[in-house]
Amino acid sequence: MTLISMKGLRKDFTVRVKAGRLRREKRTVSAVDGIDLSIEQGEMVGYIGPNGAGKSTTLKMLTGVLTPSAGEVSVCGLRPVPQRTRLALRIGVVFGQRSQLWWDLPLRDSFSLLRHIYRVPPQEHAARLKRCRSLLDLDDFLDTPVRQLSLGQRMRGELTAALLHGPSVLFLDEPTIGLDVVSKQAVRSFLAELGAGGDLTLVLTTHDLADIERLCRRLVVIDHGRVVHDGTIEALHDRYGSRRRLVVDLDAPLPPGFVVPGAELLSTEADGHRAVFELTSSSAGAVVGALPALRDLSLVEPDIEDVVARLYRTV
Amino acid sequence: MANPYTSLARAQWRSFASYRTSFVVDLLSNVGGTALDVVAVLVLFQATRTVAGFSLSEGLLIVSLSSLAFALADFTVGNVDRLKTYVRTGLLDAVLVRPLGALPQLLLMDLPLRKALRLVVGVGVLAVALHVNAIAWTPARVALIVIAPLAGAVFFGAIFVISASVTFWWIDSGDLGSAFTYGGRDFTAYPVPVYSGWFRALFAYAMGFGFVAYQPAVTLLGRDDPLGLPAWAGFLSPLVALIAAAAAAFMWRAGIRHYRSTGS
Repeated sequence: MTLISMKGLRKDFTVRVKAGRLRREKRTVSAVDGIDLSIEQGEMVGYIGPNGAGKSTTLKMLTGVLTPSAGEVSVCGLRPVPQRTRLALRIGVVFGQRSQLWWDLPLRDSFSLLRHIYRVPPQEHAARLKRCRSLLDLDDFLDTPVRQLSLGQRMRGELTAALLHGPSVLFLDEPTIGLDVVSKQAVRSFLAELGAGGDLTLVLTTHDLADIERLCRRLVVIDHGRVVHDGTIEALHDRYGSRRRLVVDLDAPLPPGFVVPGAELLSTEADGHRAVFELTSSSAGAVVGALPALRDLSLVEPDIEDVVARLYRTV
Repeated sequence: MANPYTSLARAQWRSFASYRTSFVVDLLSNVGGTALDVVAVLVLFQATRTVAGFSLSEGLLIVSLSSLAFALADFTVGNVDRLKTYVRTGLLDAVLVRPLGALPQLLLMDLPLRKALRLVVGVGVLAVALHVNAIAWTPARVALIVIAPLAGAVFFGAIFVISASVTFWWIDSGDLGSAFTYGGRDFTAYPVPVYSGWFRALFAYAMGFGFVAYQPAVTLLGRDDPLGLPAWAGFLSPLVALIAAAAAAFMWRAGIRHYRSTGS
């Protein structure tokens, strides 16, 4: 079942730029410039792109915060802006930099307020809260006012807040931004656990590609408001010819002009005692077998950061 | 289960309770504010015996109606001017993803409880004003004394919302809105005949400020309107308030559609 669909979605902003001393010129900038996407129930989609690519703008149009300039958008069969309050009951939203919690109240109070706001039956609310408490270790700071929580604790609170009404789609805008390693892992494994159920559809934007590798089978890359890649991480590697690298340490320097089928020599270091090959065929064994006086080796998987950096530069 | 809006208001109360001392100080200093508004008008009557044909006690009725209506609107809707902050910081995003109306949420999340005592002062001054004027009470006038402050409050509330909505188009609108809200309150505190020409036509009648306190007061007092409106003109104030409220609702909706949000 298609839960989210966008057809030719656009968002234009008019900005006034200085032109001369007093004059200002109006200019139209497309933050989102014709996006077509559809997302099925249970999918976990990573939505990435450089700063200003239109990630957050898309998310805000999906959640009913921003009105699209053109195109169609539907989430859970609803049109986000005209049916905003109905949609709000079906989705959960975590904006990394905007809190849903009450600053001066204990976390526990925010949760019970949200129960009233979303009109959740008490038993359902209690069951969901119980699950979040155990998965996210909330018990230590449930009675602390939100203003005194650490960023990691607050984010765990935000995640809980977004889930207490049992949404069918969860939108996360940079949920791991500014978190330390431990908190990032806690958030990721929590989301992975949620996604494992297969009911919840999850769309997340991030700059931390480890989030994507850990969580999302599908990766959508946008730049200048357009989709430049939509597929798996592997498809991205294939498309950009990412290759594994073989780093070898040798007892004797590599003879000049050394050629081995299935690999390209990238560089040599330490007077030829260390060499880096890029594997063009899939077997590292053939290369290793052809090398004289091998002492040590390591195999480096292609790095998604490199691929994405290349992608951002080419578009 | 409690109404969601009631829950929001209660949360606000508990947030205030966590800063108890500063709340009490705010509460008391706000009373002073309201009293000063009234005193400012009374001082004028010290200089001349009558203002535009209105005596001190009649003037007191006008300012007390204006003051109570404004206090009521300021208490319930006045904090909508915080919209600027919500728009500038993008906090409105968080409000818009909840299953409740955006305007009621904004109002209840910041209900200025510190302004509560102003209402008490406003009612007190109105009671004094009714006492010092010899009003020939009829059922219609009794109804009017209840309706007029409420209609005035709705009217000022609409002005608050309209002024705040400007932020959606123009984030740096600064205190432009206050010119109409606080300026409007000051306008309504005096008998309308003190103004003249296009200024009076525009603010009192085209924009409707004359129907907040002046026209209801004239109707209550049962005296002739120097400006020639019929004796029942005071009863038009709820209608004027409704028109203003409709305009405000329109502006607010258009504004929300135009909201641009900020950053990520």
